[in-house]
Amino acid sequence: MQWLAMGGYARFVWPCYLLTAAVIVLNIYLARRDFADALRSARRRPTAKGNEQ
Amino acid sequence: MIPWLSWLAAICGAAGLIGALGLAPPDYQQGEGYRIIFVHVPAAVLSTVAYAVMATAAGVGLIWRMNVAHAVAASCASIGAWFTALALVTGSLWGRPMWGTYWEWDPRLTSELVLLFLYLGYMGLRSAIDDTARADRASAVLALVGVINLPIIHYSVDWWNSLHQGHTLLKFGKASMPPSMLTPLLLMMLAFLLYFGAIVLTRARGAVLRRERQARWIGEIVGVTAP
Repeated sequence: MQWLAMGGYARFVWPCYLLTAAVIVLNIYLARRDFADALRSARRRPTAKGNEQ
Repeated sequence: MIPWLSWLAAICGAAGLIGALGLAPPDYQQGEGYRIIFVHVPAAVLSTVAYAVMATAAGVGLIWRMNVAHAVAASCASIGAWFTALALVTGSLWGRPMWGTYWEWDPRLTSELVLLFLYLGYMGLRSAIDDTARADRASAVLALVGVINLPIIHYSVDWWNSLHQGHTLLKFGKASMPPSMLTPLLLMMLAFLLYFGAIVLTRARGAVLRRERQARWIGEIVGVTAP
């Protein structure tokens, strides 16, 4: 409990760590979603050049 | 490569976190409150490193007309913006108990805010131009002009009489921290940078897929076989 209190700075320290964790997780999610979207759209469109050849 | 970077980042991050929240002793002036440094400084470092990578890639793309370089540059922007915002917010939450204010128009804080606007401007410019080649060139010029802000951020604490504390790590002689604090900080910085590498590569992969989706080799990779 004493550790959680962070010497009275808990309300500043913990939000910083939580926000950091949130930004880290969010960026993983966004990057993976972006890649999955790109992959889907690449699969959906058989290539123009490919069809010509 | 992405799994390697991710796992290394996770291991460094976990070790850094144990050091940051457990093993490192309280600061003699700031008590436990200084522990914000272990997320604030890595976020701030990442925010500037991301910009340096973005501008370098944009420059390479502009000079040698490399599409991949433009894809990498564009991939840096959003993660850079997120971590700039994180550095600002964690700095603000650190400033409140230590300086007595969430925000001050201090040179370091202001130049970091300008960095956020540069990222947002870069992303806005890219999304405003439909033609990819034109968007690449215009945004690359903006990214390169914005490089001037990086030394301003870095040296702002030396050039001006700033509220923000001076350099802790990068100075002549040795860092002004005992190893019990320095080690977790360096581990966290390493973790953030490895993480950045993994995210940028993931995004760049997606960006290349989008750009080159007309190309035959993309079709072969994603399993669309040409007749």
